[in-house]
Amino acid sequence: MSSTTNSPTHHTSTIGAIGAPSRRNTELALLIFAVLIPVFAYANVGLALDNRVPAGLLSYGLGLGLLAGVAHLVVRKFAPYADPLLLPLATLLNGLGLVAIWRLDQSKALQQIHVAGGKATNQLMYTAMGIALFVAVLYFLKDHRTLQRYTYISMVCALILLLLPLVPGLGTNVFGAKIWIHVGSFSIQPGEFAKIVLTIFFAGYLMVKRDALALASRRFMGLYLPRGRDLGPILVVWAMSILILVFETDLGTSLLFFGMFVIMLYVATERTSWIVFGLLMSAVGAVGVASFEPHIQTRVQAWLNPMREYKLSRMVTHDGIAHSDQLQQALWAFGSGGTLGTGWGQGHSELIKFAANSDFILATFGEELGLAGLMAILLIYGLIAERGVRTALAARDPFGKLLAIGLSGAFALQVFVVAGGVMGLIPLTGMTMPFLAYGGSSVIANWALIGVLIRISDTARRPAPTPAANPDAEMTQVVRPS
Amino acid sequence: MSELTLTVMRLGFLAVLWLFVIVAVQVIRSDLFGTRVTQRGSRREAGRAQPAGGRQAARQQATPPQQRGQQGGGGRRGRNAPSKLVVTEGTLTGTTVALQGQTITLGRAHDSTIVLDDDYASSRHARIYPDRDGQWIVEDLGSTNGTYLDRSRLTTPTPIPLGAPIRIGKTVIELRK
Repeated sequence: MSSTTNSPTHHTSTIGAIGAPSRRNTELALLIFAVLIPVFAYANVGLALDNRVPAGLLSYGLGLGLLAGVAHLVVRKFAPYADPLLLPLATLLNGLGLVAIWRLDQSKALQQIHVAGGKATNQLMYTAMGIALFVAVLYFLKDHRTLQRYTYISMVCALILLLLPLVPGLGTNVFGAKIWIHVGSFSIQPGEFAKIVLTIFFAGYLMVKRDALALASRRFMGLYLPRGRDLGPILVVWAMSILILVFETDLGTSLLFFGMFVIMLYVATERTSWIVFGLLMSAVGAVGVASFEPHIQTRVQAWLNPMREYKLSRMVTHDGIAHSDQLQQALWAFGSGGTLGTGWGQGHSELIKFAANSDFILATFGEELGLAGLMAILLIYGLIAERGVRTALAARDPFGKLLAIGLSGAFALQVFVVAGGVMGLIPLTGMTMPFLAYGGSSVIANWALIGVLIRISDTARRPAPTPAANPDAEMTQVVRPS
Repeated sequence: MSELTLTVMRLGFLAVLWLFVIVAVQVIRSDLFGTRVTQRGSRREAGRAQPAGGRQAARQQATPPQQRGQQGGGGRRGRNAPSKLVVTEGTLTGTTVALQGQTITLGRAHDSTIVLDDDYASSRHARIYPDRDGQWIVEDLGSTNGTYLDRSRLTTPTPIPLGAPIRIGKTVIELRK
């Protein structure tokens, strides 16, 4: 095997090299760093609020450290060549989320409206469940290509998951958006899981159909126009996301699925025309639905004019619409944070009231860490997406490429949709910031997403395997002169 | 807690957060440019070896033993041997696989080293392996449409000159230093 192994100075770390560094030690070092930062933040919150180091420092720190350690050992065992950055980056975000949730738990005003209080402990429990699912993914999914077998089963599963919130008695309407289901005392957001399952379907489907979609087209004004019948799949996905928008009245979920499909379609076919079509169709769909759906109209109004909404929320109105001052409060939070922020525990996130620790958690970061901290957090999200794209580049099979691109695309889109909504760039949606925000479904599903990405990156960076004995080796074997 | 301590902690936290981001980017950087030193060190040699490679390509199979002699001796030391296989055309363009003595299989079969998603490729199309002297050989595995080295269809296992295009269906690969 090592007959042509180069001397150390000639060693390459090109993807797939035998003896390529597995980089697990780099991951461990970064992971320790990623656990220490939230511990620092936790101590900082305690010192700022009560003038003492919080009593739970050791248990929270150990809890996070233990979970990260377990995840690291599992990666070391089952995915030794995986990307070294994905796990530490996700751990850091999760840890910072825990600190911010704990910091909001301390707020008396939020405790009174039952938004805060003991939520950090719950979130730690959800994180543990997320890591458990992460471990399960790495343990049971030995090769991501097995997922290809379940292309159409995934489609059915994703549709069921997406439709669950509409089942009477199971789905609940939480502040206008029907994206939740209640099972016993648990509420689950099935869209978060549908995200992963749907990516598997898109990847499997596009891998088979991409030649027809890419090659059979006419050129018109610099754009490749696909044949009418090839528009089928994009129309179906478009119709589905419009249906989500109409019946579940959730812009975020709808945007996420359609956007993800367009990204994967573009990557599979290399045709810019799909992006143009996608943008046109989503614009038409969004404007069309907004013209008759009152919930969407309210959201758009609140987005265009948050100050008016803020004033209306202070007055008694009789138009039957719940006005919320959240967006304006969030904008003020970002503003009062300034460049360097007020410091941990010294902001006034309690003014955001409802959803301060879930949808609007980014406003707390913006206020207490300022632009500098928020940029770092957005960069960390960007790095996770970048590692996903890098994994896709390195993957040696088309299905893995599409799956990695789809998962990281969905992740990046979700960050954009939530951050854009909280900052007033696009209308607010009911999605949560991956890893940072309070919420079981989100944390658990995103850990599974990271698990799948780590599995693909392990396969992609693993030294090329010795292939199975060729069945017709007898036939083609030729005696070589030595 | 005094104002000063809190300010120091606030700025300290931001510094630590950014330090993490910078360290993470450094890790990515080492991932991206891990081969840089190698290339710089061997570029001059590559320049010298290039005409030779061209001549070899022209002679092709005519003098394989001599070629092997040249490359075999130096190849082991990593002087003249290709270090990676690069896909230059087709859906997998840009993919590289490091050559470290392992056999590389190409085809549509899922356990191939490079899985070709191409209707013109057979499931086990070709393989590339080092012979005893470390010279890289390409062998067509009885494929339907054939494997082409430069412009000639392969009939026997053939040594691969550096930089010579190997065409399989819509995919073109070559060996580089």
